[in-house]
Amino acid sequence: MTADAGRPDPGGHSPGGRKRHGEKQDGEKQLVPETEFRSYYGRPIVKETVWGPDIPSYLFLGGLAGASSTLAAGAHVTGRPELARALKCGAGAAISLSMAALVHDLGRRTRFVNMLRVLKVTSPMSVGTWILSGYTPLALAAAASAVTRKLPRTGLAATIGAALLGPGVASYTAVLLGDTAAPAWHEAHRELPFLFAGSAATAAGGLGMLAVRRGQASQAIRFAVLGAAGEIAAKSLLLQHLGPAAEPYQTGLAGQLMDISEVLTTAGLTVAVLVGRTRVGGPLAGLALMAASALTRFGVFEAGRQSARDPKYTVAPQRERLQRQDDQD
Amino acid sequence: MSATSSETITNQNEPGTTVTHHPGLDPAAVAGYSDHPPRMGFFTDTSVCIGCKACEVACKEWNAVPEDGLVLTGMSYDNTADLSATTWRHVAFIEQPSADGDGDMRWLMASNVCKHCSEAACLDVCPTGALMRTEFGTVVVQDDICNGCGYCVSACPFGVIGRSETDGGAHKCTLCYDRLGDGLMPACAKACPTESIQFGPLDELRELAQQRVDDLHAAGQPQAQLYGADTGDGIGGAGAMFLLLDEPEVYGLPPDPVVTTRDLPRMWRHAAAAAGSLIAAAVVACAAGRR
Repeated sequence: MTADAGRPDPGGHSPGGRKRHGEKQDGEKQLVPETEFRSYYGRPIVKETVWGPDIPSYLFLGGLAGASSTLAAGAHVTGRPELARALKCGAGAAISLSMAALVHDLGRRTRFVNMLRVLKVTSPMSVGTWILSGYTPLALAAAASAVTRKLPRTGLAATIGAALLGPGVASYTAVLLGDTAAPAWHEAHRELPFLFAGSAATAAGGLGMLAVRRGQASQAIRFAVLGAAGEIAAKSLLLQHLGPAAEPYQTGLAGQLMDISEVLTTAGLTVAVLVGRTRVGGPLAGLALMAASALTRFGVFEAGRQSARDPKYTVAPQRERLQRQDDQD
Repeated sequence: MSATSSETITNQNEPGTTVTHHPGLDPAAVAGYSDHPPRMGFFTDTSVCIGCKACEVACKEWNAVPEDGLVLTGMSYDNTADLSATTWRHVAFIEQPSADGDGDMRWLMASNVCKHCSEAACLDVCPTGALMRTEFGTVVVQDDICNGCGYCVSACPFGVIGRSETDGGAHKCTLCYDRLGDGLMPACAKACPTESIQFGPLDELRELAQQRVDDLHAAGQPQAQLYGADTGDGIGGAGAMFLLLDEPEVYGLPPDPVVTTRDLPRMWRHAAAAAGSLIAAAVVACAAGRR
C-alpha cells in the first residue's frame, strides 16, 4: 500500500474515507487482518527518523565490537592469544568507526560533547553515551596491549573491563530504537535486545573465524552458533508477538534485508559447523555471518522507517487498544 | 488507560531526585520548580476555525521561523502539510460528506500545534538536556545546547518536532516562551480572528473546553469530542487541547498516543537480560573447548 500523500484518494485515504487496514495492491501478500482505519490524506502521523545509514552501521559495528570484547576475554583467559588478539583489534577498530559514525550523523557535529552534559536514565542515548565512554578506552587499551605485547597486566584488566561493558554496548541499542514512537521499533521492544545481542555474537564469532588460522576457531564457531540460534529465536518470537504489526519487518526493503540476512545466517552456520575449521570454510562462513548481522541491523532500521511512514501502523493498533478498553468497560 | 502514579516520579530537570506531584496536573513541579506560575496552555476549538492560517503566519513572523518552500501538496487547501522544524502551527483542511447524510459536503479545519505533553517523550529522550520543562509547564528546546541528534523527532508520538535542514537543530512550538515571560499571549492566539485558539491557565481552559463540548452536544453535534484533555491518558494530558468534530486520526492526530518512555523500565530489564545472555554465551563457547 502506498500512502500517496498529496493525491486525493476518494475511496481510500481521503479524510473521512475508510481504508481497509492491510489492503494490498497487485497481489502483494496480505498479512494484516481487515480492520478499518482513517487518516489525514494518508499522511504519516509520527515522523520518520532523521537518522541516516550511519546509525544502522553503528548498530552493527557497536554490536560487533561489544560481543568481540566479551569473546576476546574468554579466549584470553583460556589461552588462545591469537583469537583474543584478533578480536581485540576488531573491537577497537569497530568501536572507533562507531564513534565516527555517531558524530557524523549529528545535525551539529561540533557539539557532540554536549552528550556529556548530563546523565539521563530516561534517555537511552544518554545512557549509551556513558556506556560507550567507559567501554571505548578499555577496548582500545586492550587492543593496544595485545598488539604491542606491552603492559600485559593492564591489558588483562582492560580486556576484562571491556568484556563486561561490551554486552551493554551490544544490547542498549535495542532500547535506543525501542524507546521511540516508530511502531515497528516500539512494539518490538521486548525481543529487540535479544535479537541484537544474538546478532552481535553472530558477527563476533564470524570475525573470529575470519581472522584466525584453521583449527583454532572452535570458540568463535561455538559463539557464532549460540548467537545465531539466539538471533533466529528472538526474530521468530518478535514476528509472533507483533502479529499484524510485524508487517513492516516482512515487506518492502526491510523484508528483503531480513530475508537475505536469514539465508546468510543459515548458510554461514551450515558452513561453520561442517567445514568451519578448514582454510576456506572458516573465513567464508565468517564473512557470511558478519554480513548477516549487518543486514539484520539495516533490516530492523528500515522496518522502523517503513512503519513510521504509513499511518495505518500508528492508527490501527491504537484504535484496537481503544476498542479493547471500550469492550472492558 | 492506566493513570500515572503520582508517587516517585523522576525529576526531569534534575535526574536522580524524585518528587510526588502528578505530572498531568503540575509538570513544572515534577520538573523541580517550587514557586512557579500556573500551567499555561492552548485550547483550540476547531468548531470555530475558519482556516484563515493567520496563526501559521503570526507564528512564523514572531518566532522568525524560516519559510519551508512554496510547494503545492495537491490535497485540499493545505499546502503546509504537517508540523515540522519550520512549521509550529499547521492548519488542516478536511473536506468530507456532512454527518447528516444529506449529500452535502462539510469542511473541517483545525490548527494543530505541539501538545506540550505532561509526560513528554521528546524531553525524556533528549540526551543533552536541550529540551526542558519551563516554569509554565511547557516544553521548549534550548537551541544553544541542542546538538541535532534527532532522537526527539522519532520519540514524539504526534510527529510534532523536526530537525532543521539548514541549522541541523531540533525545533518546535515554544508556546511563545518569550511572550509568556512578558505577560503576553502567544502570537497564534493573538492573531486568531475567531478565538478558535484560546490561551490561558490550563485548569481554566479545561473547564471552558468541557463547557463548549457540552454545549455542542446539546446543540445536536454528538461527534464533538475533546482531545488531550484527560490527565489519565497516555501522555498524562496535553498542555494544548483540542475540540474535534470527527475522530482524531481524520485530523492526522494519533487516537490513543502513549509516551514511549512508559515502557522504558521493561526495555532496560530486557536489555540487561540480553547482555547477561551474551556473557553466558561467551562462557559456554570458551569453557566447552577447554582441554
